[in-house]
Amino acid sequence: MHGAAELRAFLHGLPGVDRVGAEERAARLATRSIKTTAKAEAIDLAISMVDLTTLEGADTPGKVRALCAKAAQPDPTDASVPKVAAVCVYSDMVDVAVRALKGTGIGVASVATAFPAGRAPLEAKLADTKAAVAAGAAEIDMVIDRGAFLAGDYGKVFDEIVAVKDACGDAHLKVILETGELATYDNVRRASWLAMRAGADFIKTSTGKVSPAATLPVTLVMLEAVRDYRAATGRQVGVKPAGGIRTAKDAIRYLVLVNETAGPDWLTPRWFRLGASSVLNDLLMQRRKLATGVYSGPDYFTLD
Amino acid sequence: MVFEYAPAPESRAVVDIRASYGLFVNGEFTDGHGEPFKSINPADESVLADIACADEGDVDRAVKAARAAFDKVWGPMPGRERAKYLYRIARIIQERSRELAVLESIDNGKPIRESRDVDVPLVAAWFFYYAGWADKLPYAGFGPDPKPVGVAGQVIPWNFPLLMLAWKIAPALACGNTVVLKPAETTPLTALLFADICRQAELPPGVVNIITGAGETGRMLVAHEGIDKVAFTGSTEVGRQIARTLAGTDKKLTLELGGKAANIVYEDAALDQAVEGVVNGIFFNQGHVCCAGSRLLVQESVADEVLERLKARMATLRVGDPLDKNTDVGAINSAAQLAKIKELSEAGEQEGAERWSPPCELPSQGFWFAPTVFTGVAQSHRIAREEIFGPVLSVLTFRTPDEAVTKANNTPYGLSAGIWTEKGSQILWTAQKLRAGVVWANTFNKFDPASPFGGYKESGFGREGGRHGLEAYLNA
Amino acid sequence: MPDRLAVRKTYKLFIGGAFPRSESGRSYVVTDAKGRFVANASQASRKDARDAVAAARKAFPGWSGRTAYNRGQILYRVAEMLEGRRDQFVDELRRTGASKTAAGAEVDAAVDRWVWYAGWADKLSAVAGAANPVSGPFFNFSTPEPTGVVAVVAPDSPLLGLVSVVAPAIVSGNTVVAVASEPAPLPSITLAEVLATSDLPGGVVNVLTGRRAEVAPWLATHMDVNAIDLAGVPDDQVQDLEEKAAGNLKRVLRPLGDDWAGEPGTARMTAFLETKTVWHPVGV
Repeated sequence: MHGAAELRAFLHGLPGVDRVGAEERAARLATRSIKTTAKAEAIDLAISMVDLTTLEGADTPGKVRALCAKAAQPDPTDASVPKVAAVCVYSDMVDVAVRALKGTGIGVASVATAFPAGRAPLEAKLADTKAAVAAGAAEIDMVIDRGAFLAGDYGKVFDEIVAVKDACGDAHLKVILETGELATYDNVRRASWLAMRAGADFIKTSTGKVSPAATLPVTLVMLEAVRDYRAATGRQVGVKPAGGIRTAKDAIRYLVLVNETAGPDWLTPRWFRLGASSVLNDLLMQRRKLATGVYSGPDYFTLD
Repeated sequence: MVFEYAPAPESRAVVDIRASYGLFVNGEFTDGHGEPFKSINPADESVLADIACADEGDVDRAVKAARAAFDKVWGPMPGRERAKYLYRIARIIQERSRELAVLESIDNGKPIRESRDVDVPLVAAWFFYYAGWADKLPYAGFGPDPKPVGVAGQVIPWNFPLLMLAWKIAPALACGNTVVLKPAETTPLTALLFADICRQAELPPGVVNIITGAGETGRMLVAHEGIDKVAFTGSTEVGRQIARTLAGTDKKLTLELGGKAANIVYEDAALDQAVEGVVNGIFFNQGHVCCAGSRLLVQESVADEVLERLKARMATLRVGDPLDKNTDVGAINSAAQLAKIKELSEAGEQEGAERWSPPCELPSQGFWFAPTVFTGVAQSHRIAREEIFGPVLSVLTFRTPDEAVTKANNTPYGLSAGIWTEKGSQILWTAQKLRAGVVWANTFNKFDPASPFGGYKESGFGREGGRHGLEAYLNA
Repeated sequence: MPDRLAVRKTYKLFIGGAFPRSESGRSYVVTDAKGRFVANASQASRKDARDAVAAARKAFPGWSGRTAYNRGQILYRVAEMLEGRRDQFVDELRRTGASKTAAGAEVDAAVDRWVWYAGWADKLSAVAGAANPVSGPFFNFSTPEPTGVVAVVAPDSPLLGLVSVVAPAIVSGNTVVAVASEPAPLPSITLAEVLATSDLPGGVVNVLTGRRAEVAPWLATHMDVNAIDLAGVPDDQVQDLEEKAAGNLKRVLRPLGDDWAGEPGTARMTAFLETKTVWHPVGV
């Protein structure tokens, strides 16, 4: 079978996802009660998985440097707090971030490919990617062409991912599905498989610019996809929910979801990331509550 | 990393269990004259309380109290007033939901997640739903002036102690009947707490009477000549005895009995949700569910894949302390039930089916049984025919839709069934062919007060829930 | 001596659409109201009852699988056929002792009863079913379905009584084994001839004549009978049959003291229905 036709047949042959059932499962897992020692471990793990993100038109070198400082030392009063996984910025801010993070061991992730809409010629997307990699980005967060996907032009989406992956060189490629625009879980499952087959190192829910962004059931479906993909091919792919994760409770729910869906193999920053910014302070606040026994307040954590 | 969930026990402090309980007759707790018995916690075998046992005189006293309340108070009361009592009860159940959930889990062994998120909310919903019917009965389709039947004798099982109480009492009271209810001897505590809720609601004395005891008390209740209507949920064998007892009388009867439901997974199913539904179908409430999906019928073309996913999912089930908020599968309700589950499981092995359970550490005290699946099961095996009423799934395969339906219907039971396919017309075709009272398509074990529930064939007769649920408690 | 000797009818059983004699080879004498011989009716045995149940079971999937509209058409066709044989039924009823007026009224009422139930076929689901507003993202609907094989011990009212218990059972898709009036069985077999020529599939209605007390217990204990209507059972035999029916938890319709000439209502139809409730998620 011709490549595009084979891809289409494959994607349409995947088992469907029943919306109500998937949402019910995610909601039930959200009732897990993570307390005491488990909570302490989960909070530190979540902090270490954060891709601390700023993706604003108003981003400046100063803003990015502040974010990098926070990434390296989330709580200046407590050295036992782990570092975050990466800092995520636009491609033109990569060099600023790389310099600011030098020696910290924290990687720089860059969104690319005409983020967030992805509506640009392929050449522009590749140039965007190459520039970010050249500036020192260790990870590229690309967006898929949702228009092509929804039009059924899976081959185009696939070829684009392959091309970007090629442009990434050694940098890891995270493929953003923008699940809020794919609208159905069937589409999320198909897009996940498409991205993995095209070479994605990570699949990521959202840009954060479209509502809804990451949700538990969407992440559940993607975790099922990476689990099944590894079972079928032997290759492990990471997952990154992004956007809408604001509280420590949210973050822990994602960890539970990973634990009971894809399994413990994914419970490391190597295979699971949380694309967020404000969640970090809530994680720190909950961490201090566990340590001191009293509730803390936002004035005791830095806003960067 | 390995993400170990630390223990997250629900506090027992909210529950105050007395050392002993009497019979709730005519609005008062009174002594029973039979030999008292103990209710124990199935998770650790500790004694929870001494429970009075009703003898023949006690049963008679309770029935007379119900009769007097029916004649003088509840029967003549306008429906709108009865409705308000039921609404009150529904609200108090919501207010005391934590207490009810914890007590249910302690006495029954079911996970607190289920008593908290399923049982108790449904109990409140049941009273709320039937409260609304109390003043609308002439519009229910059972004639322009339907009358209550009189005194209802109700005998309920131990698997959903409070929920079964609600299924029985809410429609009975809404229709203007009074009741004498006997909870199961292993799980009387929430019914006795419900008695206190009746008092808080200032329900007139005698409208609800709760008598405790074992099978003998139940037999005396259903045979009592002052009873006009019998409602029973429990085993098919006891249901048969009750039907014989009531032969030749004018008593109305509804029976909700056993089942051996088929959960049919077609090759085009949404597999992850199907596996989830299969798990929920058989491991919900430790499989102590009359409508449990205890037979998985999976299309051969996807059987291996489904089994692989099923086993992986079973390995994530958390078995243990019912009060731990992360427990998925709690304790088996009694030593006797555990023995029955073990006996049938051993029969399954002897008959040649292949047994599998995930690695699973069980507590040393109490009654426990690991989630279990049997593959290579034939229709002729006992584990494919007899109700196990435990966390044991029998897997059979089929090749065509016709074969699936034939196998599903090849049982004296007919309570429930499940269908998993993404093809709409196949769902409707299968649902039409299945001889079962409740068919869950792409879902399983869903309950709602607006939805009629009850079986075909030897799973009993009559429906509980919805408009249909009124019929048993009305004379047209 | 008459000019011509009349050709008498042999009254046989009606099983699976055919008219066999009792396998037992037995018959019993049916007399008119004055005690004069009218005919030898077949005296059904337990094996005839067994064969009738097997025929009813075999007919069940097809009959219950017909569209409600089609069942209604067939029941109406029965009314048409019955109307066409009005005189024959009047004669037969008069021999049971009915006056000409009473016999005529009974046949008319029997025809009208078929018409009444024919119209119910495609309305019962709307009245007895429901879409249930459950609290969650599910579509939930309840539909009435036939119980299965219904044994009917018919009342002594030889035509109207029989029609009044058979029609409500079959209109929803049940199949029936009826034990006819013991003293006046002949109209039941003539009715069977009507049924056999009304497009009603064989086995949907089976008629046994004979001794009620002999046949009814076999039907009450039969494990492949789903329900039993005790309309024609004497009071002192109800308890025994009910106890027997408990063996496989048959749905039992106790004698209701019906006035067969009165309004039929819906109770006899709903007695032999099962409510099936189907849930399905609502989602994209």
